[in-house]
Amino acid sequence: MYDIKHQSRGLVSHGTTACAGCGLELIMRKVIDVVGEDTIIVIPPGCSALFSGFGKETNLKIAGVQMNLENTAACCSGIRAALDAQGNTHTTVLGFAGDGGTLDIGLQALSGAFERGDRIMYVCYDNEAYMNTGIQGSSATPYGASTTTTPGGKRQPKKDLMMIAMAHRISYAATASLQNLNDLKRKIEKAKNAKGSSLLHIHTPCPTGWRCHSSLSIELARAAVQTGSWILYEYEDGKITVNRKLKELKPLESYIGKQGRFKHLTPEQRDQMQEEVRENYFAYTGMLERMNAPAETV
Amino acid sequence: MKTTRKFKVMGPVATQFGAATTGNWRLERPQVDFSRCTKCRTCELHCPTNVMEIKKDQEECVVINFDYCKGCGVCTNVCPVQCISLVEERR
Amino acid sequence: MSYKMLDGNTAAAEAIKLARVKVIASYPITPQTVIPETLSEMVESGELNAQYVRVESEHSALSVVTCAAMAGVRASTATASNGLALMHEIVGMTAGNRVPVVMPVVNRGIAAPWTLWCEHVDTMCERDMGWLQFYCQNVQEVLDLTLIAFRVSEDARVLLPSMVCLDGFFLSHSMQKVTLPEQAKVDGFIGEYSNKNVYLDPTDPMFLSDLTGNEEYTEMRYQQKLALDASVRVIEEVFEEFHKEFGRKYELVEGYRTEDADVVLVALGSMCGTAQYVVNKMRAKGQKVGLLKVTVFRPFPAEYIRRLVGDQAVVGVFDRSAGLGGEGGPVWYEVCSALRNKDNQVFHYVGGIGGRDVRVETIENIYNELLAIKAGESDRHTEWIDVKDNALELREVAKNV
Repeated sequence: MYDIKHQSRGLVSHGTTACAGCGLELIMRKVIDVVGEDTIIVIPPGCSALFSGFGKETNLKIAGVQMNLENTAACCSGIRAALDAQGNTHTTVLGFAGDGGTLDIGLQALSGAFERGDRIMYVCYDNEAYMNTGIQGSSATPYGASTTTTPGGKRQPKKDLMMIAMAHRISYAATASLQNLNDLKRKIEKAKNAKGSSLLHIHTPCPTGWRCHSSLSIELARAAVQTGSWILYEYEDGKITVNRKLKELKPLESYIGKQGRFKHLTPEQRDQMQEEVRENYFAYTGMLERMNAPAETV
Repeated sequence: MKTTRKFKVMGPVATQFGAATTGNWRLERPQVDFSRCTKCRTCELHCPTNVMEIKKDQEECVVINFDYCKGCGVCTNVCPVQCISLVEERR
Repeated sequence: MSYKMLDGNTAAAEAIKLARVKVIASYPITPQTVIPETLSEMVESGELNAQYVRVESEHSALSVVTCAAMAGVRASTATASNGLALMHEIVGMTAGNRVPVVMPVVNRGIAAPWTLWCEHVDTMCERDMGWLQFYCQNVQEVLDLTLIAFRVSEDARVLLPSMVCLDGFFLSHSMQKVTLPEQAKVDGFIGEYSNKNVYLDPTDPMFLSDLTGNEEYTEMRYQQKLALDASVRVIEEVFEEFHKEFGRKYELVEGYRTEDADVVLVALGSMCGTAQYVVNKMRAKGQKVGLLKVTVFRPFPAEYIRRLVGDQAVVGVFDRSAGLGGEGGPVWYEVCSALRNKDNQVFHYVGGIGGRDVRVETIENIYNELLAIKAGESDRHTEWIDVKDNALELREVAKNV
């Protein structure tokens, strides 16, 4: 058990080395608040590894292990198998990986765990690049965003993690955002209590990587949702729910305008991106609704 | 009665729950106008480092742990009545 | 006493079952595929009470097993060749975190060229990662050494994982009559799995495998070195206990008719059986040859080599892997180093790779060559003992010019 050197409210230390204004830090606290002490967490190298600790000291009061970048989901499967073998069905097995460790190098292990339906709770905090190594592009970097390996703006669209999860027919999958903490909390609870595999894909504003002021994390999370850049929906036992479909979208500039990673875009490019985001929002949410419709009405 | 014993272990493992002195990072610090604060707890719920606490029965109703506050300013951004501002950190 | 006809693969599965492994990760790769298949049937029939995780790659297989062991149960997987190469990253995690898993590895060459067949390069590539390595001569040894490995790895003085290596096809697919130990005796010999070091337990939390700075990393690596050094004594004790319980005696290095040998050959794996036959055949003609059979390659039993090699002997080392870029193969380097303060000549041989059978003639050729060197009659040394003359003429392509 831990030698407690620091008094904290909750199970996460107050003195973590995450950047000022870090969206991940808030997400970690909210997730750990819900899952509680009866949890084993698996963290890969990356920003979340700041919480695993350095040397003797950790920032988490729960049991956990730092494994490799590719295998968060596989490690969770192994822990779950061991707990099941010991008759322990109550402990939550929580994987906590970033977009790179989930959608790129970690995708194989994720797919394996999901295909097996192993009862693991997988949180993907998506700050839309490999941030911990210094802002390199990942498959989750959005179209047009500048990173050190996509300096002129990424030329490919963002890979769709939710579609991949739904293709595996897991118990529960949801996108979430820091813009509505009650919605986030509800989804964390659902993911924790799912009968099989569950996934939370949480949009994670990163002032350092998105190149904006540290105070803007929540504002940008909200702008992402309100401009249709981050769509909130859930997949539960085969049924899709779009969380409060928007009739009107706020102008995209309210989201990308304050972010340095988009500042290279010309006015024409911005106009085009605005059009694409708007079209995509309605096409995508329309598609989600049609995926839900019972066979007779199609 | 439970007693604890110490055991030597091999290999990499963190056994202490601790904190870095992140209060030293600050270039600016949040300053609350208590007279305008509505005690809605929005700042407390959105603070990434969880160092803000609303004390409804106090005049200084927002207590901030400046040992760890990084001065990010999220509280100033989310406050619905804009009663928090960032001021220069004086040392 | 009960007997069963088993091949290397089914013997490994039998040992995993007898050890009451609770989590199995399964991935197919020739020639070990029969191991997960057999374990699958055992779990399905209820013969083995274990969680069976059908993973999507070998990298995940060892990840599952390492984390399952961290979470409190005995866990196992098996692999070969490119599968072990894919696992390589995790091989470091298991050893560095002091997780005592046992993994049978069916020795097969690593591509390219693609091969399905026997070579030691796969496990030789892992020799610096901190695992123990046992090499089996026959199917009985596969069963016995796997049980012994569980006991040694889980010993509090060791706490390092083990590979139990068996030659692809020559052992994995060779049916032999095997004595099966009784479950109750195995239970007494291996005991129950318990977390003796770090572990994952929500009621007693700690954070495993976190970042380590340069002020402590060296010491942690040194802890592993000390454990590997200590494991020699542990293996000796466990071999002795196994002998008492089950009647079969193993040695880290066995000297077969080496006491007065003019020429000694060092070898690993199934070729030792052939080599023992050749030793007897040549001894019958008055030629004083002997075999050093290395059963434990990691930790390398240098003391045994020094003790068993006579001062006057000429030594040959048969590497079943190429050791590219060096003057010889990995086993040769170990033997040279062990004998560095003695005057023996140590000659390297490479052969039996990519499934080429190590035949009686091959070993006779080595012994005859070394006997001639010992007698001062010749200095011919055929390093790659079974390479053919047409090595550079294997392929011709027609191209447009």
